Amino acid sequence: MITTSNLTKKYGGTQVLSIASLEIPKGQSFGLVGNNGAGKTTYFSLLLDLIKPSTGFINSNGVQVSTSEDWKSFTSSFIDESFLIGYLTPEEYFYFVGELRGQNKADVNKVLLQFKDFFHDEILGKRKYLRDLSKGNQKKVGIVAALIGNPEVVILDEPFANLDPTTQIRLKSIIKDIAETQGVTVLISSHDLLHITDVCERIVVLEKGEIIKDLETNTETLKELEAHFAN
Amino acid sequence: MLKLFLGLEWKSFFRSASFGKTLGLKIIMGFFALYFIVMFLSLGISAFFILKETYPNQEPLFVVNSYLFYWFLGDLVVRFFFQKLPVMSVKPLLTLPIKRHKIVNYVLWKSTVAFFNFLPLFAVIPFGLTLIFNGYPAGNVIIWMLALLLLTLIVNFLNFIIESLSAQSELSALPIVVICSVLFGLDYFQILSISNLFGRAFYAIYESPIFIVVPILVLGVLYRINFKMLCQKLFLDSGLKTRVEEVKSSNLEWTNYFGDMAPFMQLDLKLIWRNKRTKSSVWMLVLGLFYGLFFYTNEKYINAPWMYIFIGVFSTGSFLINFGQFIPAWDSTYYKLLMSQNIKYEKYLKSKFTLMALSVIILFVLGIPYVYFGWKILLAHFASAIYNIGVNTHVMLYGGSYNRKKIDLNQKAAFNYQGTGAMQWLIGIPLLVVPMVVFGLLYYFLNFEYACAIIAGLGVVGIVLHDKLLGIITSKYLKSKYEMIHAFEQDN
Repeated sequence: MITTSNLTKKYGGTQVLSIASLEIPKGQSFGLVGNNGAGKTTYFSLLLDLIKPSTGFINSNGVQVSTSEDWKSFTSSFIDESFLIGYLTPEEYFYFVGELRGQNKADVNKVLLQFKDFFHDEILGKRKYLRDLSKGNQKKVGIVAALIGNPEVVILDEPFANLDPTTQIRLKSIIKDIAETQGVTVLISSHDLLHITDVCERIVVLEKGEIIKDLETNTETLKELEAHFAN
Repeated sequence: MLKLFLGLEWKSFFRSASFGKTLGLKIIMGFFALYFIVMFLSLGISAFFILKETYPNQEPLFVVNSYLFYWFLGDLVVRFFFQKLPVMSVKPLLTLPIKRHKIVNYVLWKSTVAFFNFLPLFAVIPFGLTLIFNGYPAGNVIIWMLALLLLTLIVNFLNFIIESLSAQSELSALPIVVICSVLFGLDYFQILSISNLFGRAFYAIYESPIFIVVPILVLGVLYRINFKMLCQKLFLDSGLKTRVEEVKSSNLEWTNYFGDMAPFMQLDLKLIWRNKRTKSSVWMLVLGLFYGLFFYTNEKYINAPWMYIFIGVFSTGSFLINFGQFIPAWDSTYYKLLMSQNIKYEKYLKSKFTLMALSVIILFVLGIPYVYFGWKILLAHFASAIYNIGVNTHVMLYGGSYNRKKIDLNQKAAFNYQGTGAMQWLIGIPLLVVPMVVFGLLYYFLNFEYACAIIAGLGVVGIVLHDKLLGIITSKYLKSKYEMIHAFEQDN
């Protein structure tokens, strides 16, 4: 599904990312961990063609992301608050994103209904602009908007940060569900080793821009990761 | 402490992403400043002799004093629009061991080091020196000069009070305009001769320097008020507890007529209605629409048909100019979303184009009553409307691909130069100057009708080539995509 080859990103003289080869099959829930500056957000930004690769390329579903725009129709993402439009209400934002992805209001409402629990009655029908919501609630809106329109690839950067415990647990089951039952390729990054081992089938550890571990998740993975980061 | 604050500002200026462009703007401003300095300096040097000649029976000092009230009003209005309280990003400092009053005092003191406060000195000092050379008592003149400096500072701090009080309202310029017109009116119609009062007060200070304590006291009080107001704003919760706006939704179904551009047009309309800065630029539309009245009621301009095209382009294109110059910076806060969503750049640009073209048509229709001043005006406006649609929209979109400055939508609009770079000045050339020159030449060598026809013809060519032009513009945007994303992430 997503093939990365010879990808590097340099700023000035310093190399911040270097991935010789990485293959993410369809329907995999893929986790990216690493300390600050390891290159997680850089990789996601390259996947979304928000920055230009220094060398190499990413191929998503047969589309090279830096040369064609066709990947946009099956990819959705939430990286940070700059993905929100502050002067819209949550509903308007969902409908806007829905319309861009070819979904009418009824389709969007159907999706939103599934997330009624997740929203905890703080998002919909409140007649508030997104800019007036709290950080956590803004994040919820961003994450749900990324799930509208049956995307085949979903990219979430640090989805668990800023969320309350209840929502974190709900989010985990949502991510598992879309990867397992709907065959969606989910890419997430996190600093929370417990959550990410819970959710992801595969975990890649980045350090200084390079892949240093590539693990199938099993019962030992959490311990292995903890041991790795303790040193 | 002072050194620390100054160091921070130095860094924020030189390390900002748009540094090169700010510098360009600063240089232009520098030239303006130089121009005013020279003007004031020559005024200050020559005033004594000019006044001696025009009012041979009166003391020049007395005459100057009687005009001080107008100076005060003018200064206040000009400052309201052009001078802002120095901005300092204060949030990171609040948790550090710095006393709040130190931050406030620093900001207020810094505001006194403004160009507006130095400018009058260029006139006052040479004038005062000529007085002393002409035998006026030096001590008294110096006190009088000091009084004028105090007056300048009073205006300085009064302005900040007025600004912060009126910043909340939408038509923020209304209070100051009303107050100043009322004061001026009272004086002009001799109901209350404030200018006389002002003059006598300053003469009193000149004659008995003890009265200098009055302006000093006034200044002290104003400083204190400013200090209190700023201190209140310095708490984080005034930032956190901002008034939550109730949503006003309106029916935008009619945009569905435009098919797949509809979501973008709805977004743009909401953008315009729901943000302070864009909303107040709607008022500029009204101004633009009535712009022609200033000219067409004037004998001098009604007989100069080459002016028609300028007014035509300006009044039918006032939305185009206001809105268009900041494409795509209006969307800068969520630009990453637009770049990763399922959007074709071309559609995004086309919706902006449609919105601008629609506005031109609407403004032209609203401007039809100008036919009262002659059918030629209507014809010229029609030609310029077509030129606006065919040429200027594309020019605006093309210019937008050079935009590298983020816009914070929540700030007030009138005379807000955030997001303004050299491009906004340069774009004025093809926008206004080219049609004027072309029209002027054609009018001179051929006649009015041909000139109109050719201006309109240029517009038609633009409309015919629309798809092709949009393609070129789109590829230009695609080329600068990464740069724009990077620049819009920067706060300065």
